[in-house]
Amino acid sequence: MKSKTIKVDYLSRIEGEGSLFVKIKDNRLTDVKLKIFEPPRFFEAFLRGRSFHEAPDITARICGICPIAYQMSAVHAVEDALGIHIDGQLRALRRLIYCGEWIESHALHIYMLHAPDFLGYESAIHMAKDYPDIVQRGLRLKKTGNEVVALLGGREIHPINVRTGGFYKVPSKQELLQLSEKLKSARDAALETVRWTASLDFPDFEQDYEYVALRHSAEYPFNEGRIVSNKGLDIPVHEYDDCFTEEHVQHSNALHSVIKGRQTYLVGPLARYNLNFDHLSPLSQEAARSAGLSNVCRNPFKSIVVRSVEILYACDEALRIIEQYEKPDKPAIEVQLRSATGYGCTEAPRGILYHRYSIDNNGIIRDAKIVPPTSQNQKAIENDLREFIPKYIELPREQLTLKCEQAVRNYDPCISCATHFLKLTLENE
Amino acid sequence: MKKKPTLAIWKFASCDGCQLSLLDCEDELLTIAGRITIAKFLEASRAVIKGPYDISLVEGSITTPHDAEQIQKVRHISRFLVTIGACATAGGIQSLRNFKDVKEFISLVYARPHYIDTLDKSTPIADHVHVDFELHGCPINKFQLLELISAFLHERKPNIPPHSVCIECKRRGTVCLLVSQGIPCLGPVTHAGCNALCPSYNRGCYGCYGPMETPNTAALSSWFNRLGISNDNLARLFSTFYASSEPFRKESEARMMNNQEITVQEQKKKNSK
Repeated sequence: MKSKTIKVDYLSRIEGEGSLFVKIKDNRLTDVKLKIFEPPRFFEAFLRGRSFHEAPDITARICGICPIAYQMSAVHAVEDALGIHIDGQLRALRRLIYCGEWIESHALHIYMLHAPDFLGYESAIHMAKDYPDIVQRGLRLKKTGNEVVALLGGREIHPINVRTGGFYKVPSKQELLQLSEKLKSARDAALETVRWTASLDFPDFEQDYEYVALRHSAEYPFNEGRIVSNKGLDIPVHEYDDCFTEEHVQHSNALHSVIKGRQTYLVGPLARYNLNFDHLSPLSQEAARSAGLSNVCRNPFKSIVVRSVEILYACDEALRIIEQYEKPDKPAIEVQLRSATGYGCTEAPRGILYHRYSIDNNGIIRDAKIVPPTSQNQKAIENDLREFIPKYIELPREQLTLKCEQAVRNYDPCISCATHFLKLTLENE
Repeated sequence: MKKKPTLAIWKFASCDGCQLSLLDCEDELLTIAGRITIAKFLEASRAVIKGPYDISLVEGSITTPHDAEQIQKVRHISRFLVTIGACATAGGIQSLRNFKDVKEFISLVYARPHYIDTLDKSTPIADHVHVDFELHGCPINKFQLLELISAFLHERKPNIPPHSVCIECKRRGTVCLLVSQGIPCLGPVTHAGCNALCPSYNRGCYGCYGPMETPNTAALSSWFNRLGISNDNLARLFSTFYASSEPFRKESEARMMNNQEITVQEQKKKNSK
């Protein structure tokens, strides 16, 4: 009788605190739990009674890795409530700052968190001893992403320049042009990243999930679009609550999201890519094809290649925006207060991030709801493990644990976000 | 050769941003890893070297019974313990719960409140154990973090100025927003360290580095009143990322009290009419 438990008490190389618990009895998988014990922080509760002005600054503090995503979803939801729409160069600058966050966050995940799994190292710092050039390239990419965020936002973490209606200050053309050279070399590094990640070894593992992402009529999505899936979902953002619901399970301080009456869905780079390949820039499409990806990628382990393609796209798009930039007359448009409920959904690096605010006549938030990408992906992560572990069940515990961790990291889970969420336990009875 | 000192990074209730600051030192990270053994840094590495550690950087505030026990263990195995950021140093934005009924909060966010194990208050590390140095900011400034690590390596005191954001504006030549445009700015009472970032973006400081030494918050509030800022808004302004720091908490409470008194007086006037 053979049985084992895999317990990873503190999953590493993820953002925040979670654990994994896997139970195997007679070589049969009996239980998988992705546990989130990151302490709860109650953002939705203390947003009540705050001013609408404060929503982007307060919600940014949910996550230090993707504060722009929080700021973007917050301002778009508030603007929806106030009945205003941001257009022209202000809209373009918001895409630009999001490009910076995608580059920074994806580079961090590819090089520092995920690649060590593929190459068998404990960290990027250990990896740097044998692959110094690769790690340096990752750090340079990450730095360029951060420089885009810092120029437009003031600083990399919890930027200060985003506000309802636009920005506090907008950059001159000259300031943006200084980024162009760096972005061009980042674009070259991104191309190399696509080639390099495509050369890694991937387990033969495909999943038939419902992929959910934003879809815009003309662009690869950042801030706008309808919420669509490969299985027929196609709704405007304000119908999110009609279609999605959150379940509270005992082993997690993060709520699990489900589509009412349907199976597991997932959000993030794979979903975006599968639903929006046609809107990638020609260079990114070509790089994806050369890397052996078709228009649809169902192998979660290959998300590392898709993230690289998205970095390439973000560099391309950032350069396009800078080239067409003309400084707007005003950094922000005026807002008129009214009592209403607004909805915002944007593409955080890890997938769609939904915000909803009800605001009164004085601009005070009366109700808030926030659904981060990681809480939407928790079920998919557990499902992947249920399908994946049986294939490797004969492996010794240590190796199986590594495989499980790698499968979790496919999703770049951000636990700080999900609790507003991870620890690995593998148990053999 | 002298043995390399060991560094451990610990996380409690927080957004991960302050420890991310170390990974954001893209130019310096590998050099740091050459001078110091990064013994425990879960966000970056699976490898964990057992303690004790020469220096522990602690991110996040204490909000659960488990964490309250854990911080005692961290202190026990750390030669120097340094808090990084507003959460660890002052309780953070999540300390807004300290002023409300946390049970109500749990039921607002979670459908099954009995699954959630949490304390009534979010408290800074120094409320639980002795802290050797506190680095302020939401988030911390990565250059101050580098200075701190460098000072530690050279066995000297870190050069982290305790003055206000105002001094930083003067240094970089930013024209005072409060004086020239009447924009409310917490710069005069806020701890330096961000290099007066917000004013340089034409935005008033919102106090994310917490109170400076001996801040005169009452005088600043009355200025803001004269600019037409309501007590309600002032109470909110002092009650964000350093809501639980004593000077900001007191000022916020004073503004709320003031507001209630005004409401009572207005009510009396109405009644007498």
